[in-house]
Amino acid sequence: MTMDFQLARNAFGKLVLTAADGDVVEGVVPVRAFPIAAPGEGIALVGPDGHEAGWIERLDALPAALRQLVEEELGRREFMPEIRRIRSVSSFATPSTWRIDTDRGETSLVLWGEEFIRRLGKSGLLIEDSHGIHFLVRDLNGLDTASRKLLDRFL
Amino acid sequence: MTSENNQAVVPALPTEPWLAGVAVRLAAGETLEAGLDVDLDPELRYAGGQLVVTSRRMLARSPGQTDWQEWPYRPGLHLIHHDHAGVGSLELHDATARLGGWRYTIAHDPAALRLVDAFERQLESHLSGRPVEQPEEDVCSKCGAPLEGEEECPVCAREIHAPPSTRTLLRLGRFARPYRWPLFWGFVLTLISTAAAMVPPYLTIPLMDDVLIPYQNGQPIDTGLVALLLAGLLGSSLLAWGLGWVKTYVLSLVAEHIGSDLRTTTFEHLMQLSLEYYGGKRTGDLMARIGSESDRICQFLSMHVLDFVTDMLMLLMTAVILFSISPWLALVTLLPLPFIAWMIQLVRDRLRNGFEKADRIWSEISNVLADTIPGIRVVKAFAQEGRETQRFRAANAINLTVNDRVNRIWSLFSPTITLLTEIGLLVVWAFGIWQVSENQITVGVLAAFLAYITRFYTRLDSMSRIVSTTQRAATGAKRLFDILDHVSSVPEPANPLRLSEVKGRIELRDVGFRYGNRSVLRGVDLAIEPGEMIGLVGHSGSGKTTLVNLICRFYDVTEGAIRLDGADIRTLAVADYRRNIGLVLQEPFLFFGTIADNIAYGKPDATRQEIIAAARAAHAHEFILRLPQGYDSLVGERGQGLSGGERQRISIARALLIDPRMLILDEATSSVDTETEKEIQKALDNLVRGRTTIAIAHRLSTLRKADRLVVMDRGRIVEVGNHDELMAREGAYYRLYQAQARNVDVEETGGEVPRVEHKSKGQ
Repeated sequence: MTMDFQLARNAFGKLVLTAADGDVVEGVVPVRAFPIAAPGEGIALVGPDGHEAGWIERLDALPAALRQLVEEELGRREFMPEIRRIRSVSSFATPSTWRIDTDRGETSLVLWGEEFIRRLGKSGLLIEDSHGIHFLVRDLNGLDTASRKLLDRFL
Repeated sequence: MTSENNQAVVPALPTEPWLAGVAVRLAAGETLEAGLDVDLDPELRYAGGQLVVTSRRMLARSPGQTDWQEWPYRPGLHLIHHDHAGVGSLELHDATARLGGWRYTIAHDPAALRLVDAFERQLESHLSGRPVEQPEEDVCSKCGAPLEGEEECPVCAREIHAPPSTRTLLRLGRFARPYRWPLFWGFVLTLISTAAAMVPPYLTIPLMDDVLIPYQNGQPIDTGLVALLLAGLLGSSLLAWGLGWVKTYVLSLVAEHIGSDLRTTTFEHLMQLSLEYYGGKRTGDLMARIGSESDRICQFLSMHVLDFVTDMLMLLMTAVILFSISPWLALVTLLPLPFIAWMIQLVRDRLRNGFEKADRIWSEISNVLADTIPGIRVVKAFAQEGRETQRFRAANAINLTVNDRVNRIWSLFSPTITLLTEIGLLVVWAFGIWQVSENQITVGVLAAFLAYITRFYTRLDSMSRIVSTTQRAATGAKRLFDILDHVSSVPEPANPLRLSEVKGRIELRDVGFRYGNRSVLRGVDLAIEPGEMIGLVGHSGSGKTTLVNLICRFYDVTEGAIRLDGADIRTLAVADYRRNIGLVLQEPFLFFGTIADNIAYGKPDATRQEIIAAARAAHAHEFILRLPQGYDSLVGERGQGLSGGERQRISIARALLIDPRMLILDEATSSVDTETEKEIQKALDNLVRGRTTIAIAHRLSTLRKADRLVVMDRGRIVEVGNHDELMAREGAYYRLYQAQARNVDVEETGGEVPRVEHKSKGQ
């Protein structure tokens, strides 16, 4: 795909998209179309009015500078901590408070019920906490034994 | 909030972490107005920081840093709040650039909104020189809900994060209480029948020692004694049989009653739960819980508990009898028992996990059914029968694996107990023979011992089964109590206000609503006068249906308040309040029953005349009469056999019959053709007359009668006014109207309850 737009960051920290035809959209945000299944493919640049202003087929096909801008912005918007370890769970009955280590640091989550754990493919899990924040377990088998045992009680 | 003192004044805010270390930074006379703990850094890693708004400036300690930054109030500053996918963000801008930005998880959002509010008020006051406007009433410091003189915020107190107690089975006691007398008699009967069953082995002693052994030693058989002993055997067996029969009947009856009470109570509770609960649950799972779990508990109570209690009694009585005959042999006989108990304990945990898993998988299977069967038309239309079968097979395969794992442990369990039993018998034989040879006991005593322990060792086998059945029942009970413990997110107030006469003035004050991590409504202010008709317009997803759901109190607002005639609707009894609302939906739902039943759904005691009057007013009378059985015609699941327009008119009649003060029409005419729409519109005009009406319509033309139109966009009200005013303004409404007039509808209808799974629009 050919690049038909340019991106820049303005003084307010917002992304400004300049289309090939000279249209300027201020404050575009990148939104992944498949945040879980294919995070690197299909990223829309959505304007403040909610309409799509640009489309990126593949993130890794972008020129480095542009890609960095997009990734930076994605990093600031996307919040799906990946669970690395489960330290403890308050109980095996729900609601249950879990103390966890994530790729974004240590935190805790409150699980309302087992049905808030969604299976992703063969060994992935998406866990929604009581505030609607999604926590990801990319590979169930990649967790340490203790975490897996705790998690297993809820599956 | 100014102070004459030199000391910095900290108003009575809740003691939250951000207070620590902030107070000392304040200058003399400076007051603390609001604060927020931010828990994410710019890269969205967990790290603590603070934001504080005072009477003179804004202070911030960015996550991971120790020094504070400050921005004294000056023109051009503004604080921008937005949130996306569970992360809230505040940015401080001036006219030329971004000065700072902070992120936090959505749990802190109410505090953040209060911070923004305080910031704006302080800044405004600072720039204009006027004193700070104070919010007019008591609101909860955590979520902003009005307190109405209560100490604790009713909204925040609701967030319970503690799990239900794990000793769930004991909680069944609540359901057993009404049956305590039958239970007591059942227990007495159990006691006697078990005692009667203890007699036969005891009679082996005289049979051996006084009849058989003397005979072997050459003495004749005492026929009288034999007859007496045999009669004793028969009598005790008959007694045990009769009593066992009665007790089993009595206790099964009680168990059945308890099971049925449990089912009804759970369903009753389920009906009280808010739509929010149903949104997060799947039908199949709920059906399995109420249906099979309560049945399992019932079986557990009627069979397994009964058996177990009988066995325990037998064990105790046997122990007493054995010790009274020969203490040493008794000791040896009972020695393996603690060991077996320990074994049971060991396997217990593993089995319970397995059974819990098996249950969850079972729900998964029913979920596939609940998904596929109602959607069968789609399945067939897209020729995906094979795929659905595959899905079912997959769920079934998981069921198989899980059960396989359980069975692997379980299958080892039973033979082990049998082995232990055999070993126990062996020990008794060995020790008994030695004792007989030492003339410490007679052969009869040894025979009696063997008879006793063969009995209860075989019972041990079935006793060990109590482990699994208890666990299964406990899991079942837990799953039922999960429902019972779920506090409705639309709770009944403790002391509900009674509205004597409802006028129908609805007032929305700074209403905000969040669904999952998505903010659906924000800062909605609207007052609707009694009898006024409001048309809600906007793109789908703009929050129209959510607003209506909030007014119906299907959900409670996350922020702000909705008032009816001046009273917060959260202070009114839910059923009382809803009685004043008539609801006509896009997809009318008809229950299985006659048309008359369906019209009278909201008022079951309505007379036939009333039903007919309502049907006439709804323009439904004539088509109903055309049906072969008139008002007695059965309408099936989802009212098959009637057209969309006909069903809609029945649902309008239903709303008319309860004569509500408030009326809500949610896309009432969207699913029918224009011809039918005219019919329905006539019916609706009858319905609307004199009532406070809120109508959502996609076709703007259907709202021509509305007194005011409220245009919504992305969770906010953007325009209010009548058609002509709004057209003259050439704003959002004008664009919507133009788009429809040109018949190029930009976005499709939807307007359902927003789900978390839906795409989050970038905001």
